[in-house]
Amino acid sequence: MDRHGHRVSHSSFTAPDHTRLADLHRAMVIGRRFNQQASTLARQGRLAVYPSSTGQEAAQVGGVLALGDQDWLFPTYRDSVALVTHGVDPVETLTLFRGDWHSGYDPHRYRCAPQCTPLATNASHAVGLTYAARRKGRDVAALAIMGDGATSEGDAHEAYNFAAVWNTPVVFLVQNNHWAISVPLHAQTAAPTLAHKAVGYGMRGYHVDGNDAAAVYAVVSHALAEARAGGGPAIVEALTYRVDPHTNSDAPQRYRDEAEVAYWTARDPLTRMAALIRREGVLGDEEETERALAAFDAEAEKVAAAVRDRLAGEDELDPASLFGDVYAEVPPLLREERQELVDGLRET
Amino acid sequence: MGAALNRALRDAAAEDPDVVVYGEDVGALGGVFRVTDGLSREFGAERVFDSPLAESGIIGTAIGMAMYGLRPVVEMQFDAFAYPAFEQVVSHLAKMRNRTRGAVALPVVVRVPYGGGIGGVEHHSDSSEAYYTHTPGLRVVTPGTPADAYSMLREAIACDDPVVFLEPKRRYWSKEAVELPVRTEPMERSVVRRAGDDATLVVYGPMVETALEAAAVAAEEGRSLEVVDLRQLSPWDDSVVTASVRRTGRAVVVHEASVFGGYGAEVAARVGERCFHYLEAPVLRVGGLDVPYPPPKMEHLHLPGVDRILAAVDRLQWESEWVADAEGPGVGG
Repeated sequence: MDRHGHRVSHSSFTAPDHTRLADLHRAMVIGRRFNQQASTLARQGRLAVYPSSTGQEAAQVGGVLALGDQDWLFPTYRDSVALVTHGVDPVETLTLFRGDWHSGYDPHRYRCAPQCTPLATNASHAVGLTYAARRKGRDVAALAIMGDGATSEGDAHEAYNFAAVWNTPVVFLVQNNHWAISVPLHAQTAAPTLAHKAVGYGMRGYHVDGNDAAAVYAVVSHALAEARAGGGPAIVEALTYRVDPHTNSDAPQRYRDEAEVAYWTARDPLTRMAALIRREGVLGDEEETERALAAFDAEAEKVAAAVRDRLAGEDELDPASLFGDVYAEVPPLLREERQELVDGLRET
Repeated sequence: MGAALNRALRDAAAEDPDVVVYGEDVGALGGVFRVTDGLSREFGAERVFDSPLAESGIIGTAIGMAMYGLRPVVEMQFDAFAYPAFEQVVSHLAKMRNRTRGAVALPVVVRVPYGGGIGGVEHHSDSSEAYYTHTPGLRVVTPGTPADAYSMLREAIACDDPVVFLEPKRRYWSKEAVELPVRTEPMERSVVRRAGDDATLVVYGPMVETALEAAAVAAEEGRSLEVVDLRQLSPWDDSVVTASVRRTGRAVVVHEASVFGGYGAEVAARVGERCFHYLEAPVLRVGGLDVPYPPPKMEHLHLPGVDRILAAVDRLQWESEWVADAEGPGVGG
């Protein structure tokens, strides 16, 4: 779609049907509300930190909804909306930021690796997992998410190269949100686009409007289908913008102009999709449309309220649990330390 | 020892179809030390194969494979060439089980030929064990004998923890008459390689042989040295060492790595904490010089040998006045 939500066509990609468009919009509405709620909780001190992805919902939702039932997601810390869209429990998604534990969910249950904080290191995990799945005769593809800054890391290069050489079905979704904390894209790369990087690895590179959920969905679906068919991995660069600060402790006024933010908020992915939905009657006639859109908002409110409620109290944290899953069995040294810690706490 | 490792890999791969072996040059060449010789031919290129030349990618992909049920055994060609993979090892491999509260185990074995003594040029002789032992979540093991090389590698591959398997490359050519497959003590247990009464030599990996030579020489001079081979450096079960030192009253810990901040510091500290009232002398450390690993023609100056070990043993306060003091009231044991 164009910036006002007018449909445009592309010869190589199939546009999602109405049902899918509705799914995409619904997930974005929930994702936006989730971002807002989590940011509020961070300001209130209920979360230790929250890296918001407001403005990037289309890229995350479009990428994740393209995944099949057996496929895996390898997210970063900024991809909470991707996790929630993928089906990970919202509170379990926030465990990392709440400070209760370094990850709050069972990766096997959701087919979702822990949110990765070191940049681009999750990408080679996706390559290895899909290699293993192929060896076990299972049709599993993976979506590895990274940001524009992460493409400068050596681990991005190594993962791209391994995936291409091994021909594993991984789509590397690069959310180019233009800022790596305070460093702008032009200080990050001299490549014409980040999608160009694919050429050097002998794989396909796609450059897509990352604020157009339909386009991201169409391109990632296409790339996944090709990868599954043996066509090799791909880089999909989704051009988007980090509207909020890097985290709640960032100070973006020190490094960027409000005018730039305004340029991008005028291209907001939710506004554009809502315009398309209304114009094309994706959700029915005018009355049905407004009712359905209101229902999305109400659902998003429910998700936010549930998050608030469930995070209202403090979880009981068991000091002894620190020692439990360091090794398969607790070794003698850790048993001793655990005992000392527990005894010490009992005395105080 | 190289042949024992090769046999261990072969037997493990034959037993468990989830075992895959890869790294740089491990396929057709069989590894630069030939430890993977013939495996690619026997098990096929899907299970034993050359990877792109990128250590971080090797560990990263092994993590992904282990998440989906494989048991990758990867080779870092040389100690110092493993450093590009450090982040994957310490930030992901070591922590995945913990951060997922046990939901994701990573049974990955990272084989690292380590240490000097082979006339290697720069970056081919590092003793990098302390970098790994300082990271909770990793098992760090190192065999000192061919029998242990076989048994411990089999155990490492079967282990549900990630294992950094340090192979003392100067001992690849060490020979021991042993019927394979052999199973020795569980790898987390230190073993007494030679019993003795006067002092304990605490060693691992390449220094096991050297310490046994030193003990043999000392015996001719009338001094009885016990040699304890640590085997698993981390997590460390110190019970065998502390039992030994409580009996002998003296200890020297020996490794190739530089002394300052080395693994021996941990051993010395722990023995000091646990055996203080039994000690007749401070625990001494013998190790490499605190300099970058020297060039081949000068590495003999760096590496501990029999003479340096025995010189340290001689400094363990055997003089009668010290012994007399130590045997005073309230001290000794």
